[in-house]
Amino acid sequence: MSDVASRLTTRFANPAQFLSVAEKAAPWLWGAALATLAIGLVLAFRAPPDYQQGMSVKIMYVHVPAAWLAMMCYSVMAGASAIGFIFRHPLADVAAKSAAPIGAVFTALALVTGSLWGKPMWGAYWVWDARLTSMLVLLFLYLGYIALWAAIEEPVRAGRAAGILAIAGFVNVPIIKFSVDWWNTLHQPASVFRMDGPAIAPSLLWPLLVMGIGYTLLFVALLLVRMQTEILERRARRLRLEAVDRSGGEGLL
Amino acid sequence: MSAFIALARRDLALALRAGGGGLMGLAFFAMTLTLVPLGVGPEPAVLARIAPGLIFVAAALAALLSLERLFQADYEDGGLDLLWLSPLGGPLIVIAKCLAQWAAAGLPLVIAAPVFALMFHLTGPAIAPLVGALLIATPAFFVIGSLGAALTLGVRRGGLLIALLVLPLYVPFVIFGVAAVDAAQMGHPAAPHLMLLGGLSLLALIFAPLASAAALRISLD
Repeated sequence: MSDVASRLTTRFANPAQFLSVAEKAAPWLWGAALATLAIGLVLAFRAPPDYQQGMSVKIMYVHVPAAWLAMMCYSVMAGASAIGFIFRHPLADVAAKSAAPIGAVFTALALVTGSLWGKPMWGAYWVWDARLTSMLVLLFLYLGYIALWAAIEEPVRAGRAAGILAIAGFVNVPIIKFSVDWWNTLHQPASVFRMDGPAIAPSLLWPLLVMGIGYTLLFVALLLVRMQTEILERRARRLRLEAVDRSGGEGLL
Repeated sequence: MSAFIALARRDLALALRAGGGGLMGLAFFAMTLTLVPLGVGPEPAVLARIAPGLIFVAAALAALLSLERLFQADYEDGGLDLLWLSPLGGPLIVIAKCLAQWAAAGLPLVIAAPVFALMFHLTGPAIAPLVGALLIATPAFFVIGSLGAALTLGVRRGGLLIALLVLPLYVPFVIFGVAAVDAAQMGHPAAPHLMLLGGLSLLALIFAPLASAAALRISLD
């Protein structure tokens, strides 16, 4: 079992091989993602309206999977960073760097759709509820991670620094969730609508799961595109540096 | 042990001497807290309500200000490479430097906090938890901030980047610290919150130097 796993990871450790595999897999992934999203949207539109919220419950099908993906992307980012440190897999930091902007957009999407849902439901675009505040802090964790990548010029060094940040942030995410929850129950005994829980009806649950799978496939497809771009950008950078070297420092102006 | 003390004393002397030392952080703390009643209005009830959070946020920001200098000078003149060769090892070097920085820049804030508590009309029972919470939280601010400083070593104008990296990690400390003071204001015991804060602080004191040392190793290679 571990032999298969190690063979898989070592095969994809070669960037050139990864590029060729990614190119072949991309159309299938995009097709699967778009098909699943389409099916999910159809199911969502055909699902019955909620007895309390009426038709505005439909935002749930966009909002909830986005929030799931926001958390999942951070886990992918932190996991890839950990793999980069422990196993020194060459593409691990590329994967982490590529996942970050996608995760940030999913987080922003969750926040925006959540606030649009909140206005008719709670009467406010934003409340300092535990979950909302944790998601906002998650967005800042993403932005800090992206900013650190942008601040350090050399890719390998940037990857290792960002990896440490991703792991430190990942350890902090449950602490933030826990502490913000605590803060919220201390200061705001709010009467917040509680929509989630296993008591959701199957006719509402299935479209949600399908949308979740569609979002995940979309994430993987986007991740592969970003990873390909990152590998090509590093190649271009190396070629530029070599050209400068060869021309004796005159450089390509 | 003596190497640890020697490093801490050296850093403390440097921090106290350089550019106003700890007093600059204290001045920032004071000025920020002075701006707030100008913006919010002088009503005592309002000020007493927002004082714990404000004092904590101002302390966090003041700690951030002094963190940029934590490793920068030693990194630039090569002293960090030499320190790395000492028998202390990375994490202890980080702890020694953070201890010195905290003594120079964080401790004045803790000592000055009761003055500002009185200026913000915080009542008597809330002041002791405020000082206690700051005493527990400020060392954690410095070690977590050292992670930000170590990650952005060599980055130009890294000050704001340190803030962006480190402020999300400060969130639990601000929350529990303010909860302790609020509990005392409302007549409940502050000890449980302070204990939770202490637990988080200890976690930070153990793990943040490890991460900072790993980050420093990246820049020193």
